[in-house]
Amino acid sequence: MATQSEAPVKPAIPLRLKILKLLTTAWSWLFLLFIMAFFEAWSWSVYERTFFGNLYNVQSVLLTATQILMMALGLTFIIISAGIDLSIGFIAGLAAVTMAVVIRALPDLHPALSFSLGITAGIGIALIPGMINGWLIARLKVPSFIGTLGMFGVTRGFAFLIAGGATVSIRNSVARDFGNGKLFDVIPIPVAVAAVITLVFHYLLAHTRFGLYTYAMGGNIQSAIRAGVNTTRITFSIFMLSAFTAGMAGIFYTGRFSAGAADAGEPILLNAVAAVFIGGASLTGGSGTIAGTVIGSLIIAIIQFGLVFIGMPPFWQFITVGLVIIIAVLIDQSRDRLSRSTMGAS
Amino acid sequence: MRQIDRTAPLLSVENVSKRFGGTQASSLLSLDLYPGEVLALAGDNGAGKSTLIKMISGVHQPDSGEIRYKGETISHRSPHQVRDLGIETIYQDLALADNLDVGINIFLGRERMKRVFGIPVLDRKYMREESVNALKHLGIELNDLAMPVRYLSGGQRQAIAISRAVYWKAKVLIMDEPTAALGVPEQREVKDLIKRLQGEGVAIIFISHNLNDIFEVSDRIFVLERGRKAGERLIGDTTEDEVVAMMMGRVLDD
Ligand SMILES: Nc1ncnc2c1ncn2[C@@H]1O[C@H](COP(=O)(O)OP(=O)(O)O)[C@@H](O)[C@H]1O
Ligand SMILES: [Mg+2]
Repeated sequence: MATQSEAPVKPAIPLRLKILKLLTTAWSWLFLLFIMAFFEAWSWSVYERTFFGNLYNVQSVLLTATQILMMALGLTFIIISAGIDLSIGFIAGLAAVTMAVVIRALPDLHPALSFSLGITAGIGIALIPGMINGWLIARLKVPSFIGTLGMFGVTRGFAFLIAGGATVSIRNSVARDFGNGKLFDVIPIPVAVAAVITLVFHYLLAHTRFGLYTYAMGGNIQSAIRAGVNTTRITFSIFMLSAFTAGMAGIFYTGRFSAGAADAGEPILLNAVAAVFIGGASLTGGSGTIAGTVIGSLIIAIIQFGLVFIGMPPFWQFITVGLVIIIAVLIDQSRDRLSRSTMGAS
Repeated sequence: MRQIDRTAPLLSVENVSKRFGGTQASSLLSLDLYPGEVLALAGDNGAGKSTLIKMISGVHQPDSGEIRYKGETISHRSPHQVRDLGIETIYQDLALADNLDVGINIFLGRERMKRVFGIPVLDRKYMREESVNALKHLGIELNDLAMPVRYLSGGQRQAIAISRAVYWKAKVLIMDEPTAALGVPEQREVKDLIKRLQGEGVAIIFISHNLNDIFEVSDRIFVLERGRKAGERLIGDTTEDEVVAMMMGRVLDD
């Protein structure tokens, strides 16, 4: 004992608190396992067959999750920086219809070429509202909620104008294979492409200065500025990233349905926001991870697909996802309190 | 009382003035700071203490006058440039990134990278280990280094801000009311830190309202009153009563 008297006293953390803390940190993983187990059990008890052992079910769940995730990836950066991007709902639609219009306008080109030109045009046009968002919010200091709400309206209008109505159908074998093909006959191509983009985004957020500065801005923008972080540049960049992933979501849509729709992304917007929060981001900014957003997207996709699978009216999706969001926020708050008590600070 | 070598000042402020609209926040202020010296800035609310240190740290530019560091003028540099010269300022609100861990806070803006399979990634482990050493150097040990600093006590957070300055080899450390938001035991810790840094040759300017603190840790006191210099004393040559009189504008040096 006497030999230890020199060391500063570290308060011991009660085991009960440690376990509670682990639960609140890992709850989204546990929740994911729970709903998987729930639908698996339901499937066995009602249909006497497996749910997740069925390749088609898994592929469908992953495709649904991919739609949500693509919109949510860039959004994760924005929410961590304490902002929001509502415009992604129609940036996706803008990219989807632009791609379709371009492919339709080039019927005589090789389908691979018109497909590539369509993607380029779709992503290119998606980056324009991203740039305007960045300029409004980073340069003109417009609050992101208001700025992107304005751009939500503007992109919506342009998406319908470009479509000349609501949807633009295409006949392009490459686009169809891109949206519906399977790698090694197993992995849907959009899922594989989204996985690669997700890894890149994880790298950016967790392992680069850019990602770190995004967190620093969300935590305390004054301290970030004092540390020399160029917050204008970071803000601009994350709105570009967000527009890029929303644009990709639109590209996937046009590939999958062989048609671009102006409102392709609108029903996914709130699910994408929910996925980020379920994944551990907090409304005040400063926290969240790409892995969390992936889990959040999976949870929502399983609830959506699973409820249809067990024959519930589709409106139950909204209710269930809504409840999960509330749970996520409550857990976020208790996590904060628990962290304080385990640190022994007030 | 320790002897301080007063042959060459590390930092000198010469006839500096600053006006905000109708308020003369600083008028013709001059002061010298020597290596290893603790200089207290005292004065009532609105006397111009924060304005003076903001001019030194590059946040404000003086309207007239000059600020020199090691003989070189620094009056028109940005806060970043001033900091890179070794003049570190710790502001009242601490300026930590609350949601990030200790290691990142000490390195923010000057991160250490490494390569994994040729790809540059943040070297969090290195930064965390270095921060443990930096804190240990100041006699502080933390429970959980991966924890966001938001969960630490006010004194621990102050210590992190100070160890960031020390880690990056600050020669001049400026603190705006470092003990104001702290409880009594934590005030004690911060004062001990100030003395320890002084022993290592760091020159310190610290703002305080608290005369006990000032008399306890500083070598010299500089009193401001409505933007003017009300007086300057070696701590051994003055009393609390005299300092209070100067703060009220009753004793005016020439
Ligand atoms: N950025 C500013 N704009 C306008 N007035 C200011 C500004 N900063 C300080 N002042 C004014 O200058 C005077 C000195 O303020 P300050 O240096 O903050 O005093 P202290 O730190 O001693 O309380 C006050 O009257 C204050 O209102
Ligand atoms: Mg002040």
